[in-house]
Amino acid sequence: MDHVIEARGLAKSFTGTDAVRGVDLTVRAGEIVGFLGPNGAGKTTTLRMLTTLLRPTGGTATVAGHDLIADPAGVRRRIGYVAQGGSTNPSCTALQELVLQARLYRVPDARSRSLDLLADFDLADRAIGAMSGGQKRRLDIALGVVHRPAVVFLDEPTTGLDPQSRSALWEHIRRLRDQHGTTVFLTTHYLDEADALCDRILIIDQGRIVDEGSPDDLKARLAGDVVTTEIAGDPGRARAALADLAHVREVRVTGRTLRLTVEPGDRILIELTRALDAAGVEPLSIQHTRPTLDDVFLALTERKAAARAA
Amino acid sequence: MPRDIWLIFRHQLRLTLGGWLGLVFGVLQPVLNLVLFGPLLGTYLGHDSWQIFVPGVLIQLSLLSAGLAGFGIVFDARFGVLERLRVTPASRLALLLGRVLTNTVVLLGQAVIVIAAGVAFGFRVPVAGLLIGLALLVPLAAGLAALSYAFALTLKRQELFAPLSSTFVVPMLLLSGAMLPMSAAPGWLDAVSRATPFRYGVEALRAAFAGHYASTTLAAGLGVSAAFAVAALAVGTRTFTRQHS
Repeated sequence: MDHVIEARGLAKSFTGTDAVRGVDLTVRAGEIVGFLGPNGAGKTTTLRMLTTLLRPTGGTATVAGHDLIADPAGVRRRIGYVAQGGSTNPSCTALQELVLQARLYRVPDARSRSLDLLADFDLADRAIGAMSGGQKRRLDIALGVVHRPAVVFLDEPTTGLDPQSRSALWEHIRRLRDQHGTTVFLTTHYLDEADALCDRILIIDQGRIVDEGSPDDLKARLAGDVVTTEIAGDPGRARAALADLAHVREVRVTGRTLRLTVEPGDRILIELTRALDAAGVEPLSIQHTRPTLDDVFLALTERKAAARAA
Repeated sequence: MPRDIWLIFRHQLRLTLGGWLGLVFGVLQPVLNLVLFGPLLGTYLGHDSWQIFVPGVLIQLSLLSAGLAGFGIVFDARFGVLERLRVTPASRLALLLGRVLTNTVVLLGQAVIVIAAGVAFGFRVPVAGLLIGLALLVPLAAGLAALSYAFALTLKRQELFAPLSSTFVVPMLLLSGAMLPMSAAPGWLDAVSRATPFRYGVEALRAAFAGHYASTTLAAGLGVSAAFAVAALAVGTRTFTRQHS
């Protein structure tokens, strides 16, 4: 089975509003896919449909080899789901919750599997109410994978965690895939998280997927690299010298500072300094910045805002 | 599914017994009722008062203990526990029935304590009557717990669960004739009382404890309680299995 998730035209409308307006997506086995979008874009609704918690009002999907509409029970057996707001009872201990979960999934030897998971996720068997936010989140994920699902859905896994807990959690998520081959489908609105974790990113806005690709691909296509240079001479001459170069997309001038959007390439700085030399302009400083996914995201939403205004 | 019911039952029971302080206070209130109100009732009803009052306190216990069971699920829903369980292969009906079974077993335990306290005051009951009485509490408690869960899950503003539930429980308690027999009530009140299932429960309990095993009162009580349980479990099942939450 190559495709773990395959959705066509998946849609959900609540009375009066279309929360999700026809999502097509394909996730291959062993991928970590990020579902990125602003609040209210339809991330959680899509996730809740794919995990059988919400019945779609349109479209079809196959998840872990089972049809979402015809066989939700089959889907449930093969997936793990970690909800946004936590999933544990503070008056239970970690082991109590894990053992119950393992038994409900009919995991053989539920207790030893649960103990293994506690060790894997660096957890002690304590009252959940006394755990830190990061520990609770790791327990949520351990509960989601107790039955070794083919795919695990994580809804905003690191929201509200401190930086150390976040990077620890990322490590655990990577290990799920690297050591167990688990496919991971996660939603986030943190671009750095998508960048650090995901093989592929789907960007959703207003209930539709607006773009997709690897983090590097999206950055190269949508944002480009930025070179900032401050010059000693005439900015007009510098601009004329640089604007027509093959790899330069856009030049903006503020005082003596030029901000260039360029296509990514290792030789770009050499090309630029040579062109400035040839025009007799002396650069005082020159700085090359790689784009972040924030730039991609802003570029996408700006483009859409412009399209709406037109 | 039986195995899932058993798993949920065991888990919930362990949690309930772990919160033993709640259990102590749950049973303390009916026992205090027995201690502080029972003797007073004796001066009006004479020496039969315990035979009338102990069944009433058991119905009070059922309404308060099983009738407010939904309170627990309000928290489970808020903490995301319920949603986690709803994505497991366990049937949603099993998630409900496991909990209802826990509430029923806990109630039976509490009922035994209340009866023991009653016996200390002079209440007397034949063994067969005691067993029939406890059996009668089973459908009442199961039905009340199922209704309470359904109500808690349907309620949009869950902070209203406690006030709204007590607004239901207290009139049900008064109308059942648990505190004073409804035979003394004016006609209209008696008629309203007959429209509630707990009236029949109280009277059947009194009949069972008095050893009137072949009475129509007992038969009516068993019938009404069973019908109530079936209807309430149907409502609870519908609410629990609905996919949209």
